[in-house]
Amino acid sequence: MRRSSTRDLIVGLFVLAGLAAVAYLSLDVGGVSYTGPKGFLLIAKFDEIGGLKKRAPVVISGVKVGEVADIGLADDYRAKVTFTLDPTLKLPVDTTASIVTSGVLGDRYVSLQPGGDEQLLNPGDQIEFVESAVILERMIGKLIHNADVGGGKPNDSAAQ
Amino acid sequence: MVNPVQRLGAASLRFVEELGRLTRFAGRIGAALLQRPLRFGRFVDELFKLGVLSLIIICLCGTAVGAVIGLQGYNTLIRFGAANSLGAVVGLSLIRELGPVLTALLVTGRAVSAATAEIGTMVVTEQLDGLRMMSVDPVHYVVTPKALAMIAVMPLLSTLFTLFGIFGGYVIGVRIMGLDAGTYMTSLQDAVDFENDVAGSLLKAVVFGILVGLIATYRGYNTAPTSAGVSSATTSTVVIASVSILVFDYFITALWGV
Repeated sequence: MRRSSTRDLIVGLFVLAGLAAVAYLSLDVGGVSYTGPKGFLLIAKFDEIGGLKKRAPVVISGVKVGEVADIGLADDYRAKVTFTLDPTLKLPVDTTASIVTSGVLGDRYVSLQPGGDEQLLNPGDQIEFVESAVILERMIGKLIHNADVGGGKPNDSAAQ
Repeated sequence: MVNPVQRLGAASLRFVEELGRLTRFAGRIGAALLQRPLRFGRFVDELFKLGVLSLIIICLCGTAVGAVIGLQGYNTLIRFGAANSLGAVVGLSLIRELGPVLTALLVTGRAVSAATAEIGTMVVTEQLDGLRMMSVDPVHYVVTPKALAMIAVMPLLSTLFTLFGIFGGYVIGVRIMGLDAGTYMTSLQDAVDFENDVAGSLLKAVVFGILVGLIATYRGYNTAPTSAGVSSATTSTVVIASVSILVFDYFITALWGV
């Protein structure tokens, strides 16, 4: 076959275009955490995380500031969730992390409410104030249970 | 008097024999990879034929498939009030399934059959024997660059197909159906994960490339030296390659969940 440098150039361009497509799909769409190691890591322990998944967004007042990097079980059988956050973020130590749901059956995400303390959280610190996920089925179960048992004495079940 | 059980046995043996020959052929290609000189120029030629010349059909089909999923997905999702997750539907179905599978099928029809016919014709016109007489190994010179190019080209084309599909879905969802552009892209980015989806897509594409490359070159190399032999080798390449792409797709999905 005839060798030609134009053809080699076209093939080179094709390979570059293909690799660029792979890179775009991996980095932008696939969300390989290229900012991962530089991110600001925080840990929080929850009693119940519901359906929280890795890469779920972490928001402050609805603005995305990071994502869930890892979910594991801590020694005390609570869920240990690690967040990677925007490194420029300064959060006071009394920040609250809560797991919330978008819509009634939507995805779980983490919402942070910064407190008013002067001291700031350092990378790797644990957020002490947490609010676990609300499991809708469990709440309905409790409601039905309470209606059954405590029908006569509503104050009793409320006191629990 | 051949009873059906006997015939089944003979067919099974023939199948296993064929599988064994295919494996030995794969071994020869593997050995040829280590041989010097590297046939880099031939590899680039094959990349051109298989990759660059398939670009138009891949981009066109990718856009069309993405647009169709966009339309179908939108009309289905709107019933559940979930039209906002159109990006996720289009992206996931393209990345996980349609991108690699349709690309492999298209490339099989467009370029791989041609490669089989080329090798088959070289068998018929005794060009491979001519190479052997010059003590050039035809597996090293003709077969390996083709097989290798098919493996290299598949993930690249599959990714381009996927991106054009996402673009096609975008055109339908955002421009025509009036979804928010940001919503489309966000639901896509939230749903797609690198390890589970993109890496799986690339794995599938590479596996399909290996399958198709092996089958095409094997069938071409073992063409019966007649003109009918070339046509039947080409036909069986397309049939066997297409079926094995779909079967392997199922097993990759079942075993690794991609």
